[in-house]
Amino acid sequence: MSNGVRRDAVTEQTIMSRMGDKGAEFVDWIDARFPMSKMLKEHATEYYAAKNFNVWYVFGVLAFVVLIMQLLTGVFLTMSYKPDAEKAFASVEYIMRDVEWGWLIRYMHSTGASAFFIVVYLHMFRGMMYGSYKKPRELLWIIGMLIYMMLMAEGFLGYLLPWGQMSYWGAQVIVSLFGAIPGIGEGLVEWIRGDYFISDITLNRFFALHVIAVPLALIMLVVMHILALHETGSLNPDGIEIKEHKGPDGIPLDGVAFHPYLTAKDLVAIVVFLAAFSGVVFFAPEMGGYFLEHANFEPANQLKTPEHIAPVWYYTPFYAILRAVPSKGFGAFLMAMAIILLFFLPWLDRCKVKSIRYRGWTFKVALTVFAISFVALGYLGLQPATDTFVAITRVFTILYFSFFVFMPIYTRFEKTKPVPERVTWDH
Amino acid sequence: MSIFQGSSELAQSKQHSRAAATQRVAGLALIAALLLSPVSAFAAGGSTPLLHANNDVSNISSLQRGARNFVNYCMGCHSAQYVRYNRLAADLQISEDQLVNNLMFAGGKPHDRMEIAMSAADAERWFGVAPPDLSLIARSRGTDYLFTFLKGFYVDESRPTGVNNIVLESAAMPNVLWQLQGSQRAVFSDEEHDGVVTHAFKGFEQIEPGEMSPEEFDQFVRDLVNFLEYIGEPVQMQRRQLGIWVLIFLLVFGLFSWALKQEIWKDIK
Amino acid sequence: MSEKSGLNRRHFLSVATSVVGAAGVGMAAVPFVMSFKPNAKAQALGAPVQIDISKLEEGQMVRSMWRGKPVWVLKRSPAMLERMHESGAKLADPDSEVETQQPAFAQNEDRSLKSQVLVVLGVCTHLGCAPLERFDVAPADLGPDWVGGFYCPCHGSKFDLSGRVYAGFPAPTNLVVPPYRYLSETLILVGDDTGASA
Repeated sequence: MSNGVRRDAVTEQTIMSRMGDKGAEFVDWIDARFPMSKMLKEHATEYYAAKNFNVWYVFGVLAFVVLIMQLLTGVFLTMSYKPDAEKAFASVEYIMRDVEWGWLIRYMHSTGASAFFIVVYLHMFRGMMYGSYKKPRELLWIIGMLIYMMLMAEGFLGYLLPWGQMSYWGAQVIVSLFGAIPGIGEGLVEWIRGDYFISDITLNRFFALHVIAVPLALIMLVVMHILALHETGSLNPDGIEIKEHKGPDGIPLDGVAFHPYLTAKDLVAIVVFLAAFSGVVFFAPEMGGYFLEHANFEPANQLKTPEHIAPVWYYTPFYAILRAVPSKGFGAFLMAMAIILLFFLPWLDRCKVKSIRYRGWTFKVALTVFAISFVALGYLGLQPATDTFVAITRVFTILYFSFFVFMPIYTRFEKTKPVPERVTWDH
Repeated sequence: MSIFQGSSELAQSKQHSRAAATQRVAGLALIAALLLSPVSAFAAGGSTPLLHANNDVSNISSLQRGARNFVNYCMGCHSAQYVRYNRLAADLQISEDQLVNNLMFAGGKPHDRMEIAMSAADAERWFGVAPPDLSLIARSRGTDYLFTFLKGFYVDESRPTGVNNIVLESAAMPNVLWQLQGSQRAVFSDEEHDGVVTHAFKGFEQIEPGEMSPEEFDQFVRDLVNFLEYIGEPVQMQRRQLGIWVLIFLLVFGLFSWALKQEIWKDIK
Repeated sequence: MSEKSGLNRRHFLSVATSVVGAAGVGMAAVPFVMSFKPNAKAQALGAPVQIDISKLEEGQMVRSMWRGKPVWVLKRSPAMLERMHESGAKLADPDSEVETQQPAFAQNEDRSLKSQVLVVLGVCTHLGCAPLERFDVAPADLGPDWVGGFYCPCHGSKFDLSGRVYAGFPAPTNLVVPPYRYLSETLILVGDDTGASA
C-alpha cells in the first residue's frame, strides 16, 4: 500500500464524516456550477510535492503571506492618506497619531515592504541553489523575475508617497536616471514626472500606480506563477523530478499531498515569520534607519538636498553598481543588465544536474562568490561614494557579472556527482 | 525531525549541508556587520562625537518636566504641529486643568495641536530660515544629536546671534538656554597630520556660570530631549507593551501548529 | 498507537490549532475594524462650539455649524411665543414625545433651556434640506393662520417657532434640538449638555 492512498483515505474519511449528507449535497451543488472540488484537489489535496522540503522552501508561501498583508494594510492606509504634496506628509502623521491603530497599520506596511524583499531574495536564492529555473521550469523563473521587477517598481512608487526628504530626493535621482537613455531620455523623464520637476502631479500618478495598477499586475503574475509551478510540479533540494517514480496509484513515491502535509508545515513557518515580523513592528520598526529612514521624517524640501541620498536597502546592490561606473549612461545600462541577466539563467547554465548538492565545485564557488558580492554590493550602496569604496565596489561588480558572463563556460564541464533516483531525507 | 536542514546523520546530506551552512554563516555575518555598521546610526555634523542623552521615555516625570521646558523655552519659535495637547495630557498623566494652566499659554482647546502664532514667512525674514517644526526632530536627528546641540552653543562674536554651535556650524538659532547654562567658549586646536591641518574641537570652557549647575542643566536638557523623543512617536510605550503580548500569543500558537505538524507527518518515512 | 487514537489526537490538534488561529485572526482584525472609528481628528473637528448671544436681538437668528450641520439660535420675543402657544396649529408631535429629537430638558412647548432662546439644527427632518426662516405673520403664500416658524421649500414641510413639525406634511418629526448648555447668560456651548436641565 503506497503512502498516497492511505493518506488520502484519512483525509477523505475525516472530511466526509464531518460533513454529513446535507454538506455533501451542498458541495455537489457548487461543483456542478464552479470547479471548487476540482481546484481543491488539483492544487491542494491531490497536488503532490516532495517530502524533503527544507527551510529554503518556505519563502514562497511567506512571500504570498506578505503580499496579502501589504494589500490589506495598503487598503486601510489609502483610507486616510492624502496624495497631495501639501497634505501627504501630514496625512502620514495623522495616521500615526490620530487614526485609531493607524500606527500599527503603517508599521506593518513599512516593515512588510522590507520583509517582502528579504523573503523574495531568499526565495530567488533557493531557485539558484536547487536549479528551480532549469527545464521545464524556465517560464516559472521568468514569471518570477517579472514579479521581482514589479515588486521593485511597487517599492519605488510607494516610497515617494510619504513625501519626506528621502522620498523626494530618491525619486529625483532614480527618475533622472531614465535621462541616460540616448535620444528619448529627457523627454521620457518629463513624461514620467508629468511636470518639469518632481511635483504634486508626480505624486498623484505614483499613488494611482502604486495602489491600483501595480498591485493588479502583481496579483495576476502571482496567480500565473503558481499555475506554472503546478503545471510542472515543484522541485526539491535534490533537484530530481518526483513524477518519474510513481506508485501503482499514480502518486509520486516521494510525494506528499500539499494539503495537509505542506499546509501544516508552512503554518509553522508562517508563525515563526510572524514572530520575527512582530518583533520588528513592535520593538524596532525603524530598524536602525534601514526600514524607515531617518531623513524621511523631514518633509520634502525642494531647496535642500540631504547629505546622503541612498535608496532603501533592497535597491542598494544595484545602486552600488550604478555608482561604480564613471559614465552615467553606461552605469545605468550595467545596472539594468545586473537584473536582466537573471532572466537568462535557465540558458546560461549548461549543467544538466539541477541541485547544488550534486554539482561540481566550480558552480558552488561561483554561487558563493555571487551571494557574497550581492550582499557586499548592498552594503557598499549604503556608504558614501569615497574613492576606496568605489574601488571595492568595482571589484564586486566584476565578480557579480562574472557569475553570469562566464557561466556557460564553467558550467559546461562541471564534475557533477551522481544524482540519486529518489529523494534523500533525514528525518 | 526538523524542517531546518542543519545537523544531519546521513553521509549523503553532510556535504550539501556543509555548503549550505557555510553560505548561511557568511550571509548572517554580513548582515550582522551591516546592522552594526555606523551608517545605521545618525550622522553627526562633521566629525564631532556626540554626547549621549541617556534619556528614558518611560520616565513620566522626566517627560512632564520636558513638556514644561518645551512650552516655556521652545514654543516661542518652534511649533509641534502634529501633537495634540489632550494626547499629551493623557500620556503624561496630567489632568485637563493642569494642562490648560501649565502648558497652554495662548488659549485654545485641549484638542488643538501645538501650533504657534509666528508665520513661516515672518520667521524666515527674521532669522534667515524658519525655525523647523519639532514634532519629528527626534526621529530625523536622534536624541544624542539634539542633546549635544542644545548643550553645544558657544560664544562667537562673528555670528549675528553672538553664538555658534558645535554640531551645527553657523546655526541661525540663538542660545535660548543661555541664562540656565551660562556662557562657554569652544577650544579648538590646529593639528597637523601628513601635511593636512585639521581644526579639532577640544572642549568647552565656561566663561560665565548660569542659573543652573552643570548637572542641573544636563538634566534640564535631558528632560527636554526626552520629551522630544516622546512627541516623535507618542504611542511608543504602548507599542512595546502590546508587542510582548503578541509574541506570547504567537509562541502559544506556534506550539500548537508545531504539534499539529508533527502529528500529521508522523507516518511519513 | 492505534489508528483511532491517532485520528483523535490529530482531530484534537487540528481543532485546537484552528481555534487558537481563529482567535489570532480575530484579534488581528481589531485594529483594522477600530481604525474606522471617528478618531482624534474627527473628535477635534466635532468638538462643542461656542455661540455668543450677547448681541442677539428679539426676532433675530444667528447661524453657526456643529459637526457639519447648521445650528440656528433664535431669540423669540414674548409676543412670538404667545402667538405660537395660542395658534392652535395642528402639530404632529406637540409634546416632543419622540425622544431622539431633543435632550430631556427640551421636552416642553418652548423646546429650550431658556424659554426665549431656541437652539435648533437647521436640517429638515424629511430629507435634509435647510428650511427657510419665516417669522412674518400671515403672509400671502403661507396663509392667514401662519404665526411664524420655518418653512422647508423642498417639499413644503412647516415647523413652528419651536421647530415642531406640522401634521400632514412629509417631514415626520420635529427639528432636532442638539445637546447644549449655557456657559454664562450669553454664551451657549452647543454639543455638550453635561449638567443642563430645564
